Amino acid sequence: MQVPAQVEYERAVSVGHALTLLARYGPRAAVLAGGHSLIPMMKLRLAQPETLIDINALSELRYVEVADGELRVGALARHADLLESAVVGERFAILHDAEQVIADPVVRNWGTVGGSLCQSDPSEDLSAAFAALKATLVITGPDGTRTVPARRFHTGPYETVVAPGELLTEIRVPASPGGGSAYAKVCRRAGDWPLAAAGAMLAVDGGTIVEAGIGLTAVGSRHFCASEAEEHLSGAPATPERLAEAGRIAAQHCRPVSDQRGPASYKRHLAGELTVRALRRALLRARAGER
Amino acid sequence: MRITVIVNGASHTREVEPRLLLIHFLRDDLGLTGSHWGCDTSNCGACVVWLDETPVKSCTVLAAMADGHRVRTVEDLERGGVLDPVQQGFTECHGLQCGFCTPGMMMTARALLDRNPNPTAAQVREALSGQICRCTGYENIVRSVLWASARQAEADPARPGGPALDGRGPA
Ligand SMILES: Cc1cc2nc3c(=O)[nH]c(=O)nc-3n(C[C@H](O)[C@H](O)[C@H](O)COP(=O)(O)OP(=O)(O)OC[C@H]3O[C@@H](n4cnc5c(N)ncnc54)[C@H](O)[C@@H]3O)c2cc1C
Ligand code: FES
Ligand code: FES
Repeated sequence: MQVPAQVEYERAVSVGHALTLLARYGPRAAVLAGGHSLIPMMKLRLAQPETLIDINALSELRYVEVADGELRVGALARHADLLESAVVGERFAILHDAEQVIADPVVRNWGTVGGSLCQSDPSEDLSAAFAALKATLVITGPDGTRTVPARRFHTGPYETVVAPGELLTEIRVPASPGGGSAYAKVCRRAGDWPLAAAGAMLAVDGGTIVEAGIGLTAVGSRHFCASEAEEHLSGAPATPERLAEAGRIAAQHCRPVSDQRGPASYKRHLAGELTVRALRRALLRARAGER
Repeated sequence: MRITVIVNGASHTREVEPRLLLIHFLRDDLGLTGSHWGCDTSNCGACVVWLDETPVKSCTVLAAMADGHRVRTVEDLERGGVLDPVQQGFTECHGLQCGFCTPGMMMTARALLDRNPNPTAAQVREALSGQICRCTGYENIVRSVLWASARQAEADPARPGGPALDGRGPA
């Protein structure tokens, strides 16, 4: 029987209250969102906080909205909220692609977008999706609010720039006119973590790629992105050859390791192949939007 | 800590440790052993209950998180001696063998039919995809849920119609 060790519990009722509680309990406190990563880690003693600050009552952090073309997702939005949002499906299709293959519908009911990013698991899907979209993350602390690019948010496995006493409060995705996006993942069985997955965002003008974003997860890419492959695409003609070459570059630069999910060579192959698949689909969607 | 949870319409106040998992609160503190405790790792879905209106895996939720909230378990499906259409479906279509996965399957199925009274077989499979059955091969579970959908449509013609019943339930 797996049970967490002794812990204290506090329920925050507002962002301000959560910050007060985090300040009071210090670095041995942990934010409890859906708990679908934290509670399993506590059961295994991989995490042993002294106090849990439950933020599930912060309905002010649970929203998915588009304002000024920009997508804003509250940190407490559940995976299911992203999946149910029609505007996300239309304009940020990569997030629907990804959410459809993250865990299962019951886990998605309760796990949160903010919790997924803060967990910083090297195989987290949303980290790659938001890296591809070049999202900005909003962090709130005792001294106010700061923003950090998604690509500077993760500092290592299970580590982020969120300091003790701070909360991730919002994820912002810029509008990309003429853009399309997509996500492609391979896993061992439905609802499992990825062996490898790739997200792509392409903005095109005529036949030219004006902006490219590529996110990779589970293959050891720094900051969950494939910047060398992106460079090969921006300003280039949107041809199948270019996309294929971008896939080769992405595969070359990632650093997968062999584990129970699969050998490194297979993961590297997948990184390239999935990058190309996501790019192709993103391009089709960008073109469909142009018409 | 002291928590108050409305379980199946009845309010229960108990002194609990903050680390207590909701599944153990339901089974051990309240004696509601209908919800099953299986994998302990949020993979099997035997422990699914509703937290307010939302199906959750209760082995991965603290009882403390349910303080002040409503919980619905499989014990609440039957009302006044009448089985829920989902329970009838499982009976009619042989939707269980050992029955270990059944409470979780039924709570997820009930939530699905409340939101989408007329799902396709693919939608039923997707909804139940986070739940493991070691006995049935899933075929009869899907049939059971479709049977319930059809029975509801028959009982209440105002609902969006499910597939027609043919004695054996929809294939
Ligand atoms: C069976 C199963 C399958 C899964 N499959 C996948 C998968 O295929 N792909 C995938 O990407 N993920 C998968 N997950 C992970 C799931 O998406 C995340 O565990 C979950 O959504 C994390 O969110 P949470 O709200 O539960 O976070 P919690 O567990 O509550 O928190 C995780 C960490 O983030 C911190 N935290 C949470 N919110 C904040 C905040 N707002 N500010 C600061 N810190 C915060 C917590 O302190 C903790 O350290 C799976 C999980 C399960 C249980
Ligand atoms: S016991 Fe909760 S998912 Fe298996
Ligand atoms: S009926 Fe035995 S596990 Fe499903």
